[in-house]
Amino acid sequence: MKNLDQDEFAVATSVDPPAITLTGLWKAYGNFVAVRGIDLQVGKGEFCTILGPSGSGKTTALMMIAGFVMPGRGSIKIAGRDLTFAPPQKRDLGVVFQNYALFPHMTVRDNVAFPLEMRRTPRNEIAERTDRILKLVELDSFSDRYPRQLSGGQQQRVALARALVFEPAVLLMDEPLGALDKQLRGHLQLELKRLQRRLNVSVVYVTHDQEEALTMADRVVVMKDGRIEQNGTPQEIYDRPRTPFVATFIGETNLLPGTLIEAQGSKGQVELPTGRKVRAMLGAGVREGERAIASVRPEQLSVSEAPSSNGALNSWEGRIREVTYLGDAIRYHVIVDEGRPTLASTLVVKEPRNARQTPLAAGPSVFVEWPVEHTRVLAPDQR
Amino acid sequence: MMSEVVIAAGDIAQPQRRVRLTLTLRTLLFLALPMAFLAVFFGYPMVDILSRSFHSADGALTLQNYATLLDRPAYWRVTMITMQLSFAVTLICIIVGYPVAYVAANARPAVGAVIMVFVLLPFLTSVLVRNYGWIVLLRPGGILSDVASAIAGREVQLLYNRFGVLVGLVYTMLPYFVLTLYSVLKAIDTRLVFVAYSLGSSRWSAFRRIYLPLSMPGVVGGALLVFILSAGFFITPRLLGGDRDQMLSSIIAYQVEILIDWNMASTLAVVLLAITLLLFLIYARLVGIKQLVTSKW
Repeated sequence: MKNLDQDEFAVATSVDPPAITLTGLWKAYGNFVAVRGIDLQVGKGEFCTILGPSGSGKTTALMMIAGFVMPGRGSIKIAGRDLTFAPPQKRDLGVVFQNYALFPHMTVRDNVAFPLEMRRTPRNEIAERTDRILKLVELDSFSDRYPRQLSGGQQQRVALARALVFEPAVLLMDEPLGALDKQLRGHLQLELKRLQRRLNVSVVYVTHDQEEALTMADRVVVMKDGRIEQNGTPQEIYDRPRTPFVATFIGETNLLPGTLIEAQGSKGQVELPTGRKVRAMLGAGVREGERAIASVRPEQLSVSEAPSSNGALNSWEGRIREVTYLGDAIRYHVIVDEGRPTLASTLVVKEPRNARQTPLAAGPSVFVEWPVEHTRVLAPDQR
Repeated sequence: MMSEVVIAAGDIAQPQRRVRLTLTLRTLLFLALPMAFLAVFFGYPMVDILSRSFHSADGALTLQNYATLLDRPAYWRVTMITMQLSFAVTLICIIVGYPVAYVAANARPAVGAVIMVFVLLPFLTSVLVRNYGWIVLLRPGGILSDVASAIAGREVQLLYNRFGVLVGLVYTMLPYFVLTLYSVLKAIDTRLVFVAYSLGSSRWSAFRRIYLPLSMPGVVGGALLVFILSAGFFITPRLLGGDRDQMLSSIIAYQVEILIDWNMASTLAVVLLAITLLLFLIYARLVGIKQLVTSKW
């Protein structure tokens, strides 16, 4: 299934040039380098999310694509045309900002008609296309209102309609749902995704919300300190994070730092300072004899009173220190090697609520186990 | 705090009225002293002026003062001069002041601050001194007069005429206009202009369709202020104008000081007030009173 998808994608890209191609994009403000060499391709109709903490350069990258910030180095191609230094007017991109940036002195209809008027679209066509897009975002009954008379979610939809009405090649969005409450955000995520598929528009979507990135994107680009840390499908990013930073930034993870003492094929073994060994799958850039970090997601771990004899599992003995009820799941904090306080590790275990009748209580000695194939050896983050 | 909770529950009308009432009471108490001051030193004189304009010298109720006003072409002429000059001053302030306020509001903060300091600098000296200063510059044999004469190739009179009054008034009024407009321009979200660019708008279109309309409350508010101040201004026309360039305020002073006709002076004052009130009403219709205080859309 997955391969089939990729094949389709390959065919599509061979016909159309990518919606966006960034090559060695670089931007410095004085001594501060905001973006240090980004290479990225966004295919036609692809939903690409740039994810990163604040200060990671994600918004600067987006502003360079939009043409508001001129790159120091590198190039930007949009639909095959080199537009590195073109003014924003010539780029034919729809931009949606976090604060919506609606024109306060214009009605909803005039806001949406604005890009068409700027393109000298005939009057009757403007009316027709404006009506159509307003219907699409379900705001046709609000067209004569002013932005201040709308709720946050409605304003967001107006901004979206205004950015889509002229059928741009690419839609750029900078934390477009950041100012909305959680429930509305979830609703608009689905709506936005549906709209994007329907119009088959390429989207570059900047956010610091990892959940949003995973739900909406076809591809997630994780940025840190102006660089791309990892670029892949949501599943790749979550299941096979390339660095400890990616592993911790997206979802929760257990990190066990030590030394890679053995590497054979795709598997290896990390020895912790306590002498404990973790068997794991080798990630990129790890070398035998060097420092390495084993990483495993809490939901891959399980606790039991007796060890299983399954050879595909790492199995450690520890003590449950804390039990947290999460509603749909139970979280255990299991402390291992308690006898050596400076070296003891705490493992977080997330167990589905239906895994057992009554959750284990804090205190007793347990065995914490997890599959080798879901444990990854990562090279430490570079500082 | 309390009103917030109630609004969240969906019931807005009732509790808000209560909050507003307590606020009004407290505000009233707070304002008692300034309001008493205004009542004695502003309210009462206004009523007195209004009443005098409807009374003759012997104290009888009459419309004679207004009849005299309409009857004498001299009064008409002065009113027209007042309007013309105020209008011209306002227009020049808009044309000269807009770019200044625009640059001050949109330049780097340090540059903008320097510009605004220069705009406000004239306020540090008295109006009287500044107007005497203009006499020095504009008088025959003064530097500006000499330059103008050299360019024109003949003797050019800059002082004691309409030109002198215009220069002096524009100079005096410009800071008021720039200051009013500046505060509105500062509040404009300039990202909107960039959004307009990204939506395909040229620089000029973005200015005309987005920035200019958003700045209009400042332009109209500043213009209104300048017009009202100009129409009642006394010192500048008196010092820099000739006999034929006197404005309503001079005539009012003349009535009070020379003719000692308080009732006619009051009548002229009422006319001046009526004109400015009319302008204010037009402003209120065009932009809305709220814009004068909030300058926000």
